Amino acid sequence: MSNSKGFLKSSIGRKFVMGLTGLFLVSFLVVHVSINSLLFLCDGGETFNAAADFMAHNPVIRFLEIGLFIGLIAHIVQALVLTLANKKARPQGYAQVNGAANSTWYSRSMGLLGTLLLLFLVMHLYHFWWPTKVAVFTHNEHNTFEEIKAVFTDGTMGVISVVLYVVGCLSLSYHLLHGFQSGFQTLGLNHKKYTPVIKKIGIIFSIIVPLVFALMPIGFMAGFIH
Amino acid sequence: MASSPKLDSKIPDGPLDQKWTKYRSTVALVNPANKRSLEVIVVGSGLAGAAAAASLAELGYKVKVFCFQDSPRRAHSIAAQGGINAAKNYQNDGDSVYRLFYDTIKGGDYRAREANVHRLAEVSGNIIDQCVAQGVPFAREYGGLLSNRSFGGTQVQRTFYAAGQTGQQLLLGAYSALQRQVGMGAVKLYARHEMLDIVNIDGKCRGIIARDLVSGKLERHFGHAVLLCTGGYGNVFFLSTNAMGSNVTAAWKAHKKGAFFGNPCYTQIHPTCIPVSGDHQSKLTLMSESLRNDGRIWVPKKKEDAEAIRTGKLNPNNLKEEDRDYYLERRYPAFGNLVPRDVASRAAKERCDAGFGVNATGQAVYLDFAFNMKYKYGKIEATKKGIENPTEAQLEEFGHAVVKEKYGNLFDMYEQITGVNPYKNPMQIYPAVHYTMGGLWVDYNLMTTVPGLYALGEANFSDHGANRLGASALMQGLADGYFVIPYTIGAYLANEIRTKPIALDHEGFVKAEQDVQNQIQKLLNIKGTKSVDYFHKRLGKVMWDKCGMARNAEGLKWAIEEIRKIRDEFWKDLRVPGEANEFNPELEKAGRVADFLELGELMCKDALERNESCGGHFREEYQTEEGEAERDDANFSYVAAWEMKELGNWELHKEELKYENIKIAQRSYK
Amino acid sequence: MAGSSGKNINVTIKVWRQKNKNQKGQFETHEMKGVSTDMSFLEMFDVLNERLITEGKDPVAFDHDCREGICGMCSMYINGRPHGPKQGVTTCQLHMRSFKDGDIIVVEPWRSAAFPVIKDLAVDRSSFDRIMAAGGFVSVNTGNAKDANNILIPKDDADEAFNAAACIGCGACVAACKNASAMLFVSAKVSQLALLPQGQVEREERVLNMVKQMDAEGFGNCTNTGACEAECPKGISLENIARMNREYIHASTIANRK
Repeated sequence: MSNSKGFLKSSIGRKFVMGLTGLFLVSFLVVHVSINSLLFLCDGGETFNAAADFMAHNPVIRFLEIGLFIGLIAHIVQALVLTLANKKARPQGYAQVNGAANSTWYSRSMGLLGTLLLLFLVMHLYHFWWPTKVAVFTHNEHNTFEEIKAVFTDGTMGVISVVLYVVGCLSLSYHLLHGFQSGFQTLGLNHKKYTPVIKKIGIIFSIIVPLVFALMPIGFMAGFIH
Repeated sequence: MASSPKLDSKIPDGPLDQKWTKYRSTVALVNPANKRSLEVIVVGSGLAGAAAAASLAELGYKVKVFCFQDSPRRAHSIAAQGGINAAKNYQNDGDSVYRLFYDTIKGGDYRAREANVHRLAEVSGNIIDQCVAQGVPFAREYGGLLSNRSFGGTQVQRTFYAAGQTGQQLLLGAYSALQRQVGMGAVKLYARHEMLDIVNIDGKCRGIIARDLVSGKLERHFGHAVLLCTGGYGNVFFLSTNAMGSNVTAAWKAHKKGAFFGNPCYTQIHPTCIPVSGDHQSKLTLMSESLRNDGRIWVPKKKEDAEAIRTGKLNPNNLKEEDRDYYLERRYPAFGNLVPRDVASRAAKERCDAGFGVNATGQAVYLDFAFNMKYKYGKIEATKKGIENPTEAQLEEFGHAVVKEKYGNLFDMYEQITGVNPYKNPMQIYPAVHYTMGGLWVDYNLMTTVPGLYALGEANFSDHGANRLGASALMQGLADGYFVIPYTIGAYLANEIRTKPIALDHEGFVKAEQDVQNQIQKLLNIKGTKSVDYFHKRLGKVMWDKCGMARNAEGLKWAIEEIRKIRDEFWKDLRVPGEANEFNPELEKAGRVADFLELGELMCKDALERNESCGGHFREEYQTEEGEAERDDANFSYVAAWEMKELGNWELHKEELKYENIKIAQRSYK
Repeated sequence: MAGSSGKNINVTIKVWRQKNKNQKGQFETHEMKGVSTDMSFLEMFDVLNERLITEGKDPVAFDHDCREGICGMCSMYINGRPHGPKQGVTTCQLHMRSFKDGDIIVVEPWRSAAFPVIKDLAVDRSSFDRIMAAGGFVSVNTGNAKDANNILIPKDDADEAFNAAACIGCGACVAACKNASAMLFVSAKVSQLALLPQGQVEREERVLNMVKQMDAEGFGNCTNTGACEAECPKGISLENIARMNREYIHASTIANRK
């Protein structure tokens, strides 16, 4: 009566996709944060622009970018499917819930944090990914560093952007705080020795990476990135 | 000795140690094709019921299982803490089938059947094998072998256990075997169904009437045989260690339809339970017998000290050693705090009745770990750590850790219920009703006096005599279910292969259902002023005071009259809210208490008739000068099997107990 | 002194009343005066019901049986938590000394599509039985077993299997989970048998079948919030869920089967 064909439609199979794509997106963050950290060199964006140019034109990276979008979409779609199923699993809610007694608020708010992240992402892509794409395809000269700088130093709009980016990074931080270790748990990677280590790394990662990201818009606005 | 032709125990001939082997090999068989058309109804899903249902389904019978709980896994077998005995002799300490047999007969105060008990000891080892194969996680040694402990004062280590949750693990094993058969379609499960009567047709049991507790509808079910695995009737006392829903109804309805009731007065009072804390008390909680290995039982020597403790003026920790009365150690120097349950219970009652009880109600004694915690375990640990002159504080610290390791979960439970920290203060305990050795009379095949109707586990009277030893109840339930009934049922069903299922509109079914319907309507129509619990509590108090730990003729006669009065009032002034055709827990309770109100009378009658003291039955008139139980083997070495003629009128039949392999002796723990 | 604390408190109970599965429910408020703190939570309900019966009203239906924390039948969602404010206990082992004078106590049934309400606070948990029937066993007929000590099991494995087997099937994990997921319950049984040599033969089959049934019953999906573990009266560990994930992923992808 058992069959493994239903794997991807089973609860654990769907969760497997969530965990796997989640951790894949985490690996993207590592690359992203590494390259963007070149901004802190304060060399007028020279090194950063070179790296950005390489990333924008390298065919391997372009291919991986497709993978990244597929991963992201799969993560979002599965999240929607799972959330709908979860809502159906409790049609009548409780009048009173004391969730704080048994779990963290952000572990219970992954959907909300994910939605915030998605909105942030749309804005983020509009700010940087889209202009780069346009430039690459039209073979126009463009200076990524200056474009970034422009976004965060454009008067009132610049301040709003900085605030929105900081909120986005905060959402990312909390999303990761639960998601990082949760991904391993979902994949069944639980070990008496290693899980505590993974959990620690997860916490450090979830604080450091968004913090470094957040410092970039702040840096442009405050002027310590130049 | 007066007897009934119905009271044929069918014990096979031959030497004791070959009876079962030979019988098992010669009992009639049912061929596999015929098994498929034979239907068996199992009522109750505890160890006996789940084990029987799974085993019979595996053999090919069509099985239906009924339980009143929401799942078979909730049956009260689950609450057994200590362990299960088996004569495996894994510890090489001289155990054997004979020794387990002997201990069980002696522990039962020579009031059990030799052949049944020997069979129980014989199959005990198979039970462990079966449970381990199912994945029951028994405690193990570091080498990977099974661990054993001694229990209830036996001299060998034959008790297998799974922390303090042996009953749970064994039941889940049986339950998983049962669910496997449910999944395969061999067993049909009826949870939240309560059996309310048996259906006898042409002198044989042919089915049951059950109520679907959710919809309230009555259902008729046919079976070629019906197995009652419905547990004991300790809840007749209202307060007991039984689950709230544990009841006598199935056994009692069978009794009213012709099944004899065996030894109803044999009740086990467990010595170490948490005392009653107030009128709101709904049940009593047992603290494992294993606590008596390290806890010392005492009350104050002086009444004024007891008085001061009761009113809260004196902290028991401050009472000097010489002012404490370790009465078990005083009375029974050889066994001390480890005397059997019945002896320990009576001694506690004696002290409390004499005015030395220690809680607000005066109905409690101390179980004190302070001494062994410090001076036994504390010292051992200090020695291990190489500390030669440990301070008192060190001893307490070391001992505390050991006691926590050994009894942590029990201590936590105690604190949970009482709000008192047992590491710092002595535990308060008092005896409570725990188990009923009596039950439906059955023959060697476990069949009652109604052909086709069987009783297994605590529901029958068979293996524990007048007192049950610790870790024996689990053994008996599983023995009956896994290893006895699958063979012995063949003796009856082999002759039933030509019996076609009886149509459910047969007049036998119709009439039985109508009777049940009438009783339900009657209960609902009283529309009096008092709740079911009100009557149950009154009955319980009468039973506890007059038919509890100590009984006497005068009290029992009074109790019989009193119970009749309560019963009359019950049927005049009861209020059952709600309707018949809905989920109605009060209605369920009402039906059960109605049966307890009849059973109580029979228990008193049986206790009154048995003019001796044996095991759990202590008649104050029959004791030695030192206050010990005095058995009368010349006149009372029999099973009292009661036949109901009509309510209030029973006929006593006696099955003589013959001891051919054991020399009867007086129990002594001095 | 070492005895009953014997305090009395007054509390207000807001309890869910629902006639049956199909009708809508609502809260009903009852003032409870002079409640002894030595009472268990269920005994307080006994007192309330006694009062309702004498007043000619319908008593509150709730599930309970052993009242010593092991049968798993009691199931109340108290002040936003399954089995109430104390960690590691079932409702029946919760005592009124955990509450203060003047407290308002909200009591609801377990809420899950897979646990339909029967009446008031009693729900139908037969979905758990069906999951067990799908694979929560070792296929060994009575009488087939070899001598118990022929199977050697390392003590650590035996202890871990025991810890998983301690599950009482009360459903608090489902009640606590924001997704009404039954993963902790199912994984406890999968783990117990995956850890033991006896369970190896049907290891893959078991996890596939049990998860399939779990999904079919309409339970939600695990998002690893850990609420189940925190509220489990028997302390069943989240490690079991990871182990089940592993078993399931292995059985459906790596294992050499169709």
